[in-house]
Amino acid sequence: MDYINAFWVGGLICALVQILLDKTKLLPGRVMVLLVCTGAVLGSVGIYNKLMDFAGAGASVPLLGFGNLLWKGVKKAIGEQGFIGIFMGGFTSSAVGISAALIFAYLASLIFKPKMKN
Amino acid sequence: MVKVMATAAEQEKQKKAKEYEKYVKQVTPTHSLFKNMCRAFLCGGAICVLGQGIMNFCMSQGLDKEISGGWTSLILVLLSVLCTGFNIYPKIAKWGGAGTLVPITGFANSVAAPAIEYQKEGQVFGIGCKIFIIAGPVILYGILTSAALGAIYYVLKLWGIVG
Repeated sequence: MDYINAFWVGGLICALVQILLDKTKLLPGRVMVLLVCTGAVLGSVGIYNKLMDFAGAGASVPLLGFGNLLWKGVKKAIGEQGFIGIFMGGFTSSAVGISAALIFAYLASLIFKPKMKN
Repeated sequence: MVKVMATAAEQEKQKKAKEYEKYVKQVTPTHSLFKNMCRAFLCGGAICVLGQGIMNFCMSQGLDKEISGGWTSLILVLLSVLCTGFNIYPKIAKWGGAGTLVPITGFANSVAAPAIEYQKEGQVFGIGCKIFIIAGPVILYGILTSAALGAIYYVLKLWGIVG
């Protein structure tokens, strides 16, 4: 059952963003920024956690989940460390995703050569 | 007389512009939104199912939810970077549209693609700068938003409004 929920919720988020892409001519980079910020806001009002409980990876894999993760990190750090947590939590919780992307991308740049665009 | 000629020329111009517009419309490939949405749905859904599979496997190994989420991101990012390197990701993206952009694999692709693309421009100004060309804004505004929300949360917490 969790696979079905992950599939349709994750798919639905992507289909909705497709409308945004086709109708507004927003560039992919802007859409990504928008998604992450929206995810943080949805997380802070408590909606996104409920969606994650329901859809699992269907909610955590899209970039909205990345925004939610940032918010959760900030909230947790504030709870544990107080004021300084505002500046700490975001990077702590997103460390794996960002480090992995940077490290693997760098290694890829050593291994792979640029390809012609088709 | 001159005025008449001018308006005639203008009409001609307008007619040409209209015809050109029609021609452009004809030549531009029409993507039906519904078809694109279906593709994004299938593609995005499939990536999320893959993520769920990794997550379930990690949980079955006795890892907690947070660490499992970390492993899921790590493996999805690795797969995406590999697909980018082998030039497979652009092909999937062409078909899947937002379905490949929205998941974390799209983020990883946007980091890896410029790193590979601009390697000729050097370690610092090529790879070092260009690796952040999409990731930079995403990280900046993500951190900014979450910190701003955190500041509000901190104040509300001090006042005892939220727990």
